[in-house]
Amino acid sequence: MYIIVVGAGKVGYYLAKELLEAPEGHEVLVIEQDAAKCERVTQELGDIALRGDGCEAATMEKAGFGRADMVIAVTGDDEDNLVVCQVAKARFSVPRTVARINNPKNESIFKRLGIDTTVSATAAILAQIEQELPTHPLIHLLQLKGGGLEIVEVKVPKSASVVGQRIGELLLPQQSLITLIVDSDGTPRVPGNDTVIRAEDQVVAVTRTESGDALRGVLTNSASAGAYGRRQ
Amino acid sequence: MGCGRVGAALAKMLDADGHDVTVLDIRPDAFKRLPVDFKGVKHVGNGIDQDVLARVGLADADAFVAVTQGDNRNVMATQMAKHLFGVRRTLCRIYDPIREEIYGDLGLETISPTLIGAMMLKGMLDSEPAPKVEAEAEA
Repeated sequence: MYIIVVGAGKVGYYLAKELLEAPEGHEVLVIEQDAAKCERVTQELGDIALRGDGCEAATMEKAGFGRADMVIAVTGDDEDNLVVCQVAKARFSVPRTVARINNPKNESIFKRLGIDTTVSATAAILAQIEQELPTHPLIHLLQLKGGGLEIVEVKVPKSASVVGQRIGELLLPQQSLITLIVDSDGTPRVPGNDTVIRAEDQVVAVTRTESGDALRGVLTNSASAGAYGRRQ
Repeated sequence: MGCGRVGAALAKMLDADGHDVTVLDIRPDAFKRLPVDFKGVKHVGNGIDQDVLARVGLADADAFVAVTQGDNRNVMATQMAKHLFGVRRTLCRIYDPIREEIYGDLGLETISPTLIGAMMLKGMLDSEPAPKVEAEAEA
Protein backbone atom coordinates (compact mmCIF):
# COMPACT_ATOMS: atom_id res chain seq x y z
CA MET A 1 0.00 0.00 0.00
CA TYR A 2 1.02 3.58 -0.54
CA ILE A 3 0.56 5.26 2.83
CA ILE A 4 1.03 8.99 3.44
CA VAL A 5 1.67 10.14 6.99
CA VAL A 6 1.14 13.84 7.69
CA GLY A 7 3.11 15.11 10.68
CA ALA A 8 6.52 13.83 11.76
CA GLY A 9 6.29 14.44 15.48
CA LYS A 10 6.76 11.48 17.79
CA VAL A 11 3.59 9.74 16.65
CA GLY A 12 4.27 10.27 12.95
CA TYR A 13 7.92 9.27 13.21
CA TYR A 14 7.33 5.95 14.96
CA LEU A 15 4.28 5.23 12.85
CA ALA A 16 6.32 5.65 9.66
CA LYS A 17 9.11 3.52 11.12
CA GLU A 18 6.73 0.70 12.03
CA LEU A 19 5.03 0.84 8.65
CA LEU A 20 8.39 0.59 6.89
CA GLU A 21 9.38 -2.38 9.03
CA ALA A 22 6.10 -4.18 8.42
CA PRO A 23 6.45 -7.40 6.40
CA GLU A 24 3.87 -6.16 3.86
CA GLY A 25 6.48 -3.74 2.49
CA HIS A 26 4.46 -0.54 2.38
CA GLU A 27 5.51 2.51 0.46
CA VAL A 28 5.56 5.33 2.99
CA LEU A 29 5.83 9.09 2.65
CA VAL A 30 5.98 11.53 5.56
CA ILE A 31 4.96 15.18 5.14
CA GLU A 32 6.34 17.65 7.66
CA GLN A 33 6.73 21.43 7.73
CA ASP A 34 9.57 21.58 10.22
CA ALA A 35 13.02 21.26 8.62
CA ALA A 36 14.68 19.59 11.61
CA LYS A 37 11.96 16.94 11.90
CA CYS A 38 12.21 16.26 8.17
CA GLU A 39 15.96 15.88 8.47
CA ARG A 40 15.58 13.38 11.30
CA VAL A 41 13.21 11.26 9.22
CA THR A 42 15.59 11.32 6.27
CA GLN A 43 18.62 10.43 8.40
CA GLU A 44 16.95 7.64 10.31
CA LEU A 45 14.37 6.21 7.94
CA GLY A 46 15.63 7.11 4.48
CA ASP A 47 14.46 9.39 1.73
CA ILE A 48 10.79 9.33 2.62
CA ALA A 49 10.22 12.87 3.92
CA LEU A 50 8.57 15.69 2.02
CA ARG A 51 8.87 19.13 3.53
CA GLY A 52 5.73 21.19 3.22
CA ASP A 53 2.29 22.04 4.57
CA GLY A 54 0.22 18.88 4.35
CA CYS A 55 -2.96 20.96 4.24
CA GLU A 56 -1.97 22.67 1.03
CA ALA A 57 -3.14 21.21 -2.26
CA ALA A 58 0.22 21.89 -3.92
CA THR A 59 2.03 19.76 -1.34
CA MET A 60 -0.61 17.06 -1.62
CA GLU A 61 -0.24 17.04 -5.37
CA LYS A 62 3.53 16.66 -5.08
CA ALA A 63 3.12 13.89 -2.53
CA GLY A 64 0.91 11.93 -4.86
CA PHE A 65 -2.28 11.93 -2.81
CA GLY A 66 -4.07 10.83 -5.96
CA ARG A 67 -2.54 7.36 -5.80
CA ALA A 68 -2.45 7.00 -1.99
CA ASP A 69 -4.29 4.03 -0.51
CA MET A 70 -4.33 5.60 2.90
CA VAL A 71 -3.68 9.01 4.44
CA ILE A 72 -2.94 9.22 8.15
CA ALA A 73 -2.95 12.70 9.73
CA VAL A 74 -1.12 12.74 13.05
CA THR A 75 -0.15 16.35 13.66
CA GLY A 76 -0.78 17.72 17.13
CA ASP A 77 -3.76 19.80 16.00
CA ASP A 78 -7.20 18.31 15.48
CA GLU A 79 -8.22 20.99 12.98
CA ASP A 80 -5.19 20.30 10.76
CA ASN A 81 -5.81 16.56 10.85
CA LEU A 82 -9.44 17.15 9.91
CA VAL A 83 -8.58 19.30 6.91
CA VAL A 84 -5.86 16.94 5.64
CA CYS A 85 -8.34 14.07 5.66
CA GLN A 86 -11.26 16.04 4.23
CA VAL A 87 -9.21 17.46 1.36
CA ALA A 88 -7.68 14.02 0.74
CA LYS A 89 -11.20 12.64 0.34
CA ALA A 90 -12.83 15.52 -1.51
CA ARG A 91 -10.07 16.39 -3.95
CA PHE A 92 -7.98 13.24 -4.25
CA SER A 93 -10.57 10.52 -3.53
CA VAL A 94 -8.25 8.78 -1.06
CA PRO A 95 -10.08 5.56 -0.08
CA ARG A 96 -9.07 5.53 3.57
CA THR A 97 -8.31 8.41 5.92
CA VAL A 98 -7.23 8.24 9.54
CA ALA A 99 -7.10 11.27 11.84
CA ARG A 100 -5.51 11.58 15.23
CA ILE A 101 -7.66 13.61 17.62
CA ASN A 102 -6.78 15.14 20.96
CA ASN A 103 -10.27 16.07 22.10
CA PRO A 104 -12.18 12.77 22.28
CA LYS A 105 -15.42 14.72 21.77
CA ASN A 106 -14.35 15.42 18.19
CA GLU A 107 -14.80 11.77 17.28
CA SER A 108 -18.44 12.01 16.23
CA ILE A 109 -18.11 15.22 14.19
CA PHE A 110 -15.04 13.81 12.39
CA LYS A 111 -17.00 10.67 11.49
CA ARG A 112 -19.86 12.81 10.30
CA LEU A 113 -17.54 14.86 8.13
CA GLY A 114 -16.35 11.75 6.34
CA ILE A 115 -13.16 10.77 8.16
CA ASP A 116 -12.97 6.96 8.09
CA THR A 117 -11.13 6.41 11.35
CA THR A 118 -10.26 8.57 14.34
CA VAL A 119 -7.67 7.67 16.93
CA SER A 120 -7.56 9.38 20.29
CA ALA A 121 -4.83 8.75 22.83
CA THR A 122 -6.93 10.61 25.37
CA ALA A 123 -9.86 8.26 24.83
CA ALA A 124 -7.60 5.19 24.92
CA ILE A 125 -6.08 6.21 28.25
CA LEU A 126 -9.52 7.03 29.65
CA ALA A 127 -10.75 3.58 28.69
CA GLN A 128 -7.81 2.05 30.54
CA ILE A 129 -8.56 4.08 33.65
CA GLU A 130 -12.22 3.14 33.62
CA GLN A 131 -11.24 -0.50 33.37
CA GLU A 132 -8.77 -0.29 36.22
CA LEU A 133 -10.85 1.76 38.60
CA PRO A 134 -13.75 0.04 40.31
CA THR A 135 -16.97 2.03 40.09
CA HIS A 136 -17.22 2.18 43.85
CA PRO A 137 -13.74 2.75 45.15
CA LEU A 138 -12.30 1.80 48.45
CA ILE A 139 -11.00 4.95 50.04
CA HIS A 140 -7.94 4.51 52.23
CA LEU A 141 -8.45 6.75 55.25
CA LEU A 142 -5.64 5.82 57.60
CA GLN A 143 -2.80 3.33 57.83
CA LEU A 144 -2.57 2.03 61.40
CA LYS A 145 0.93 1.84 62.80
CA GLY A 146 2.32 -1.67 62.50
CA GLY A 147 0.33 -4.84 62.06
CA GLY A 148 -0.69 -4.12 58.42
CA LEU A 149 -4.09 -2.75 59.33
CA GLU A 150 -5.79 0.26 57.84
CA ILE A 151 -9.03 2.16 58.09
CA VAL A 152 -11.00 2.39 54.87
CA GLU A 153 -14.29 3.73 53.64
CA VAL A 154 -16.67 2.13 51.14
CA LYS A 155 -19.97 3.42 49.82
CA VAL A 156 -22.66 0.77 49.46
CA PRO A 157 -24.33 1.08 46.03
CA LYS A 158 -28.09 0.63 45.66
CA SER A 159 -27.53 -2.54 43.66
CA ALA A 160 -25.34 -4.24 46.28
CA SER A 161 -26.50 -7.63 47.51
CA VAL A 162 -25.67 -6.67 51.12
CA VAL A 163 -28.44 -4.07 51.19
CA GLY A 164 -30.99 -5.26 53.79
CA GLN A 165 -28.60 -7.76 55.38
CA ARG A 166 -27.49 -7.71 59.01
CA ILE A 167 -23.80 -7.19 59.68
CA GLY A 168 -23.73 -10.49 61.58
CA GLU A 169 -24.69 -12.25 58.34
CA LEU A 170 -21.87 -10.79 56.26
CA LEU A 171 -18.91 -12.91 55.27
CA LEU A 172 -16.21 -10.33 55.90
CA PRO A 173 -12.54 -11.08 55.24
CA GLN A 174 -10.39 -12.16 58.19
CA GLN A 175 -9.65 -9.41 60.68
CA SER A 176 -12.02 -6.96 59.04
CA LEU A 177 -14.30 -5.02 61.31
CA ILE A 178 -17.07 -2.60 60.46
CA THR A 179 -16.63 0.24 62.95
CA LEU A 180 -18.93 3.00 61.80
CA ILE A 181 -21.76 3.56 59.34
CA VAL A 182 -22.88 6.97 58.12
CA ASP A 183 -26.17 6.76 56.30
CA SER A 184 -27.12 8.75 53.21
CA ASP A 185 -28.52 11.72 55.17
CA GLY A 186 -25.33 12.00 57.22
CA THR A 187 -26.40 10.29 60.48
CA PRO A 188 -23.67 8.13 62.04
CA ARG A 189 -24.50 4.74 63.55
CA VAL A 190 -22.28 2.52 65.66
CA PRO A 191 -22.95 -0.86 64.13
CA GLY A 192 -23.62 -4.09 65.96
CA ASN A 193 -24.32 -7.58 64.63
CA ASP A 194 -28.00 -6.71 64.15
CA THR A 195 -27.41 -3.46 62.30
CA VAL A 196 -28.91 -3.62 58.82
CA ILE A 197 -26.91 -2.28 55.84
CA ARG A 198 -28.82 0.23 53.78
CA ALA A 199 -28.27 1.52 50.27
CA GLU A 200 -25.82 4.40 50.02
CA ASP A 201 -24.41 3.81 53.51
CA GLN A 202 -20.86 5.00 54.00
CA VAL A 203 -19.15 2.12 55.73
CA VAL A 204 -15.96 2.77 57.68
CA ALA A 205 -14.04 -0.39 58.46
CA VAL A 206 -10.74 -1.64 59.79
CA THR A 207 -9.18 -4.22 57.53
CA ARG A 208 -5.88 -5.86 56.69
CA THR A 209 -4.21 -3.99 53.85
CA GLU A 210 -4.31 -7.06 51.61
CA SER A 211 -8.02 -7.66 52.28
CA GLY A 212 -9.21 -4.27 51.07
CA ASP A 213 -10.35 -5.53 47.68
CA ALA A 214 -12.23 -8.43 49.17
CA LEU A 215 -13.97 -6.16 51.68
CA ARG A 216 -14.98 -3.79 48.92
CA GLY A 217 -16.31 -6.76 46.97
CA VAL A 218 -18.52 -7.88 49.87
CA LEU A 219 -19.98 -4.41 50.33
CA THR A 220 -20.46 -3.41 46.70
CA ASN A 221 -21.06 -6.51 44.57
CA SER A 222 -24.49 -6.89 43.13
CA ALA A 223 -26.08 -10.31 43.53
CA SER A 224 -24.86 -11.55 40.15
CA ALA A 225 -21.22 -10.50 40.40
CA GLY A 226 -18.33 -12.59 41.68
CA ALA A 227 -16.58 -12.23 44.99
CA TYR A 228 -13.77 -9.92 43.95
CA GLY A 229 -15.37 -6.69 42.90
CA ARG A 230 -17.46 -5.63 40.01
CA ARG A 231 -15.39 -4.09 37.27
CA GLN A 232 -16.86 -2.24 34.34
CA MET B 1 -15.15 33.61 16.31
CA GLY B 2 -11.82 35.43 16.13
CA CYS B 3 -11.52 39.00 17.38
CA GLY B 4 -8.80 40.18 15.02
CA ARG B 5 -9.12 43.30 12.90
CA VAL B 6 -11.84 41.84 10.70
CA GLY B 7 -13.69 40.12 13.53
CA ALA B 8 -13.68 43.23 15.71
CA ALA B 9 -14.76 45.50 12.85
CA LEU B 10 -17.60 43.15 11.91
CA ALA B 11 -18.72 42.79 15.54
CA LYS B 12 -18.77 46.57 15.90
CA MET B 13 -20.94 46.97 12.78
CA LEU B 14 -23.38 44.25 13.79
CA ASP B 15 -23.61 45.65 17.32
CA ALA B 16 -24.32 49.13 15.93
CA ASP B 17 -27.10 47.61 13.79
CA GLY B 18 -28.74 46.34 16.97
CA HIS B 19 -27.93 42.62 16.76
CA ASP B 20 -27.07 40.50 19.79
CA VAL B 21 -23.40 39.78 19.18
CA THR B 22 -21.09 37.36 20.97
CA VAL B 23 -17.38 37.53 20.20
CA LEU B 24 -15.22 34.51 20.91
CA ASP B 25 -11.43 34.60 21.01
CA ILE B 26 -8.79 32.47 22.65
CA ARG B 27 -6.76 35.54 23.75
CA PRO B 28 -8.37 37.98 26.18
CA ASP B 29 -6.13 40.75 24.78
CA ALA B 30 -7.95 40.53 21.46
CA PHE B 31 -11.05 42.23 22.89
CA LYS B 32 -9.07 45.48 23.18
CA ARG B 33 -9.88 45.94 19.51
CA LEU B 34 -13.59 46.32 20.31
CA PRO B 35 -14.92 49.82 20.97
CA VAL B 36 -15.50 50.73 24.64
CA ASP B 37 -19.24 51.05 24.08
CA PHE B 38 -19.55 47.54 22.56
CA LYS B 39 -22.73 46.05 24.02
CA GLY B 40 -22.19 42.43 23.02
CA VAL B 41 -20.72 39.51 24.96
CA LYS B 42 -16.97 38.82 24.99
CA HIS B 43 -16.05 35.23 25.61
CA VAL B 44 -12.54 33.82 26.04
CA GLY B 45 -12.33 30.28 24.72
CA ASN B 46 -11.29 27.87 22.02
CA GLY B 47 -13.75 27.99 19.13
CA ILE B 48 -13.02 24.47 17.95
CA ASP B 49 -14.04 22.98 21.29
CA GLN B 50 -17.70 21.99 21.06
CA ASP B 51 -18.21 22.48 24.80
CA VAL B 52 -17.08 26.09 24.42
CA LEU B 53 -19.36 26.59 21.42
CA ALA B 54 -22.26 25.17 23.44
CA ARG B 55 -21.46 27.47 26.36
CA VAL B 56 -21.60 30.62 24.22
CA GLY B 57 -25.07 29.55 23.11
CA LEU B 58 -24.29 28.64 19.52
CA ALA B 59 -27.40 26.47 19.25
CA ASP B 60 -29.52 29.61 19.60
CA ALA B 61 -27.51 31.69 17.13
CA ASP B 62 -28.92 32.78 13.77
CA ALA B 63 -25.48 33.14 12.23
CA PHE B 64 -21.86 32.16 12.86
CA VAL B 65 -18.78 33.73 11.30
CA ALA B 66 -15.29 32.21 11.60
CA VAL B 67 -12.49 34.73 11.08
CA THR B 68 -9.49 33.48 13.08
CA GLN B 69 -6.04 33.54 11.50
CA GLY B 70 -6.15 29.78 10.94
CA ASP B 71 -7.92 28.48 7.85
CA ASN B 72 -8.27 25.04 9.36
CA ARG B 73 -9.63 26.34 12.63
CA ASN B 74 -12.22 28.33 10.70
CA VAL B 75 -13.14 25.32 8.59
CA MET B 76 -13.54 23.05 11.59
CA ALA B 77 -15.54 25.53 13.69
CA THR B 78 -17.83 26.41 10.79
CA GLN B 79 -18.60 22.77 10.12
CA MET B 80 -19.33 22.19 13.80
CA ALA B 81 -21.64 25.24 13.84
CA LYS B 82 -23.46 23.96 10.77
CA HIS B 83 -23.62 20.22 11.48
CA LEU B 84 -23.58 19.96 15.28
CA PHE B 85 -25.43 23.11 16.28
CA GLY B 86 -27.65 23.59 13.24
CA VAL B 87 -26.82 27.27 12.78
CA ARG B 88 -28.70 28.55 9.74
CA ARG B 89 -26.01 30.83 8.28
CA THR B 90 -22.37 29.98 8.70
CA LEU B 91 -19.64 32.02 7.05
CA CYS B 92 -16.04 30.90 6.86
CA ARG B 93 -12.95 32.87 5.93
CA ILE B 94 -10.27 30.80 4.23
CA TYR B 95 -7.09 32.55 3.07
CA ASP B 96 -5.97 29.65 0.86
CA PRO B 97 -7.99 29.98 -2.39
CA ILE B 98 -7.76 26.26 -3.14
CA ARG B 99 -9.09 25.23 0.25
CA GLU B 100 -11.74 27.92 -0.14
CA GLU B 101 -12.89 26.34 -3.38
CA ILE B 102 -12.90 22.83 -1.90
CA TYR B 103 -14.99 23.80 1.10
CA GLY B 104 -17.25 25.93 -1.06
CA ASP B 105 -17.92 22.79 -3.08
CA LEU B 106 -18.60 20.92 0.16
CA GLY B 107 -21.40 23.35 0.89
CA LEU B 108 -19.87 25.97 3.18
CA GLU B 109 -20.35 29.69 2.58
CA THR B 110 -16.72 30.64 2.19
CA ILE B 111 -14.72 33.75 1.35
CA SER B 112 -11.07 34.05 0.39
CA PRO B 113 -9.79 37.57 1.08
CA THR B 114 -6.55 36.59 -0.66
CA LEU B 115 -8.24 36.22 -4.02
CA ILE B 116 -10.58 39.17 -3.52
CA GLY B 117 -7.69 41.40 -2.40
CA ALA B 118 -5.54 40.40 -5.35
CA MET B 119 -8.37 40.99 -7.79
CA MET B 120 -9.09 44.41 -6.33
CA LEU B 121 -5.43 45.39 -6.51
CA LYS B 122 -5.31 44.24 -10.12
CA GLY B 123 -8.45 46.24 -10.88
CA MET B 124 -6.80 49.32 -9.40
CA LEU B 125 -3.66 48.81 -11.47
CA ASP B 126 -5.67 48.24 -14.63
CA SER B 127 -7.52 51.53 -14.31
CA GLU B 128 -5.83 54.92 -14.16
CA PRO B 129 -6.71 56.87 -11.02
CA ALA B 130 -8.90 59.94 -11.50
CA PRO B 131 -6.74 63.07 -11.55
CA LYS B 132 -6.66 64.65 -8.12
CA VAL B 133 -8.32 67.96 -7.50
CA GLU B 134 -5.69 70.38 -6.23
CA ALA B 135 -7.48 71.34 -3.01
CA GLU B 136 -7.77 67.69 -2.07
CA ALA B 137 -4.11 67.04 -2.73
CA GLU B 138 -3.15 69.87 -0.38
CA ALA B 139 -5.37 68.57 2.39
